[in-house]
Amino acid sequence: MKDEKTTFSAADYKSDQSVRWCPGCGDHAILNSLHKAMAALGVAPEKTAVISGIGCSSRLPYYMNTYGFHTIHGRAAAVATGYKIARPDMTVWQISGDGDGLAIGGNHFIHALRRNIDINILLFNNKIYGLTKGQYSPTSDRGFVSKSSPYGTVEDPFVPAELVFGARGHFFARSIDVELETSREVLEAAVRHRGASVVEMLQNCVIFNNGIHNFITDREHRADRTIHLRHGEKMLFGADMNRGIVADGFGLKAVTIGEDGWTIDDVLVHDATTPSSFLHHQLAMMDGHDLPLAVGVIRDVESPVYNDALEEQIAEVRGRKNFKSLREMALAGDTWTVG
Amino acid sequence: MSSIPKITTLDKVVLRFSGDSGDGMQLAGNIFTNVSAALGNQVSTFPDYPAEIRAPQGSLSGVSGFQVSVGTGVHTPGDACDVLVAMNPAALKQNVKFLKPDGIVIADSDSFRPADLQKALFTTDDPVAELGLKDERVVRVPITTLTKAALADSGMDVKAVLKCRNIFALGLVCWLFDRPLERAIEHLRTKFAKKPAVFEANSKVLRAGYDYGANTHATGAVYRIETEEPVAGVYTDITGNKATAWGLIAASERSGRPLFLGSYPITPATDILHELAKRKDLGVKAVQMEDEIAGVCSAIGASFAGDLAVTSTSGPGLALKSEGIGLAVIAELPLVVIDVQRGGPSTGLPTKTEQTDLMQALYGRNGESPVAVVAPASPTDCFTMAFEACKIAMEHMTPVILLSDAFIGNGSSAWRIPDENELPAINPPLLDAANCPADWKPYMRDAETMVRRWAIPGDEHGRPHRIGGLEKDFNTGAISTDPANHERMVNARREKIAKIANDIPALEVMGSGDADTLLVGWGGTYGHLRTAAAELNDEGCKIDFAHFRYINPLPANTGEVLSRYKRVIVAELNTGQFADYLQSRFAQAHISRINKVQGQPFMVGELKDRITEIIDNKL
Repeated sequence: MKDEKTTFSAADYKSDQSVRWCPGCGDHAILNSLHKAMAALGVAPEKTAVISGIGCSSRLPYYMNTYGFHTIHGRAAAVATGYKIARPDMTVWQISGDGDGLAIGGNHFIHALRRNIDINILLFNNKIYGLTKGQYSPTSDRGFVSKSSPYGTVEDPFVPAELVFGARGHFFARSIDVELETSREVLEAAVRHRGASVVEMLQNCVIFNNGIHNFITDREHRADRTIHLRHGEKMLFGADMNRGIVADGFGLKAVTIGEDGWTIDDVLVHDATTPSSFLHHQLAMMDGHDLPLAVGVIRDVESPVYNDALEEQIAEVRGRKNFKSLREMALAGDTWTVG
Repeated sequence: MSSIPKITTLDKVVLRFSGDSGDGMQLAGNIFTNVSAALGNQVSTFPDYPAEIRAPQGSLSGVSGFQVSVGTGVHTPGDACDVLVAMNPAALKQNVKFLKPDGIVIADSDSFRPADLQKALFTTDDPVAELGLKDERVVRVPITTLTKAALADSGMDVKAVLKCRNIFALGLVCWLFDRPLERAIEHLRTKFAKKPAVFEANSKVLRAGYDYGANTHATGAVYRIETEEPVAGVYTDITGNKATAWGLIAASERSGRPLFLGSYPITPATDILHELAKRKDLGVKAVQMEDEIAGVCSAIGASFAGDLAVTSTSGPGLALKSEGIGLAVIAELPLVVIDVQRGGPSTGLPTKTEQTDLMQALYGRNGESPVAVVAPASPTDCFTMAFEACKIAMEHMTPVILLSDAFIGNGSSAWRIPDENELPAINPPLLDAANCPADWKPYMRDAETMVRRWAIPGDEHGRPHRIGGLEKDFNTGAISTDPANHERMVNARREKIAKIANDIPALEVMGSGDADTLLVGWGGTYGHLRTAAAELNDEGCKIDFAHFRYINPLPANTGEVLSRYKRVIVAELNTGQFADYLQSRFAQAHISRINKVQGQPFMVGELKDRITEIIDNKL
């Protein structure tokens, strides 16, 4: 496929397969956002690989007109890591759900981040196992009632962002399935970031966990319960954008500008690039109750990238030793000649 | 001083170094091996080290051994040794069972104090008598004292001085076996390249050991070992694990596909990871992943991206990789899985050898998931079979499991470095502009071989496509749950593996060809079985020998070969896995079994006894 094409439309990333997610599933919107983000980035479909594990969201590669690999449960990060190391020129997406990525695949998830391999991890979080028809997941809230927890869970959930920072991740962004424009924005930012990126998508499972994010996504309250963070901009939110996030000792507080003496100057400016994850962690833990849930790019910090460092090390060692073949290398070792 | 020593000429001798695991026995053994190989001797080694990194000093559990056979007609490290070097009483106690009845012991007499004897759980103050050794067969050398004396002026501290005891022993056996020191010194120079003072000390001690032997005629006899003219060429000493790593690199060079290793440390396979990690100088990407599963999965990702992809492990790791291997089976991607077998089950005997993973390799996955299985026969054959595994994996688009083992993986032999282009070509079925039909689909197959094309992403001929672990339609490659299609795909994958038999060599029989009995083995037991068969034939007991290196599929002539014999004796280091496998395929074959599951290789003597027993009793 000799392709001189340098600009692309969302349609160029759509495969010919009919999409088989349930009607009303949040995955449809996320897929559309991904098509649009890839078109906006201008990465050719044949320079893109989409690698998934198992679960509803992991069907996504079939709907991308790129290289795609629907692998096994929990292992997408490991497969994607090998792929990126072999072909660092390719743009690599990993698609996982909260079960695939954080339960069975938890080890690969944290090590991909620690290693800082340049893959983009799209984490669909619907707080439920959908494909196995409704068991609680590692992100389900304590007390959550499901088929496998009929009396409510007696364990605490992961907050994905906390895992990301704990694993020394350098990029974390969040969006909500229905927020198409925010989704496109953070997906683009994830690809532009060099190193492992995590995008958490709050996604609604219309069949087994319908409305799980309603507290946040409900149209009536969404403006007051979410904040769109943008690097370099004031942390403002609310329907009238008159509320803001201010420092409160070592914590954060939501205030209304003009009330209780708070002014626009008190409102914090978002810095996604500061190496310390201290404030990023606090921002990511806001849950829509006392403080609005944060969407947008929360952390975007430059750091050495595994695949770059590997290529550099190989080039350096090859240059120094200058062997052209195995035979040449073997002959340079400890040998003797017969005959 | 005694008179001029008697010089004895031997076809082969077996030497065993033994001491504490910190005594440097492996280093002394390795240098002795290298020096001997360079003199034109055939060599075969067997490092026998404990699972503990540092057991209590002088204890029985901390004894480390290194056995080497040198000479002509050498196919094994030998059942028992002619000379045993024992650096302490524990080493003597643990290794005396490996000493030939007429063998001699060289013991460090400084390490036989009452406290040392106690640590080795001797109950009397005469360990030699307690072990039933004849006094005249034990040569007592004050190795510690002599090493200290040799380094008296070196300014080194006592601890550093004591670390050179192994090299004194090496010097002594170099005298005993008539090995010139120059080459040994070169080895020390390389080993201690960054520590010139340590090098100087060790070469001084080496000479001291040699001179001690020469001046005192310590053993009363010096051995000259026969050499034989091997094929002309440039040789190096190589372990099985290193040969495996190099075989992979050679296959990468011949196929033009970059080499990727995804691995996780596990005894006794880790040396493959070590070697390939060094080979960044040849562009190898060796990645230490977070676990065994990530090792195989990263390799599968690299394979989808177009690399020659490999994962290396031992039995427990193979178990963890099962699901991943199944993915490569259904995705029909090339993948080489190396299992350096060790004693099991579970953690088992991590440093010891067995052939107990055969069934796991053949069948240890969910669903109908056939893979190719091959097994190298010796340390140097690891190179050949690793190369073969890669060739089969790429040309047939399938996972291939290479069943090495701790014995051949750690053992070493002299290996001739192959010339450029001496190795066969490898032609991966890459999808390119010339061979890509307009209606190409990912699972279109070659009608003859049943092999699909490898559509490598990203270049100008790239064909974006989707693959995965779900069953696919035979024609379109799209997801399919159609019952009849599934059966068709199961059969297609099975047939693809069966057809590999067209590309592998026929089974060869060694022997007269008209014996009634055929001795059969597979993998790393080759040297012992071959030696046993040869010795039995020399002694008038007619027996032929066939050794399998291709396990699945079996060589095409297997049934025909087995049918020529009244009796087939399958000898293996497990409870009969290969015998069962052969019997399930060739019901008519009359199969007798010789099995051993002790974490140790066969001994030629015990094989001969068991074979004779089976033949004599018509078992």
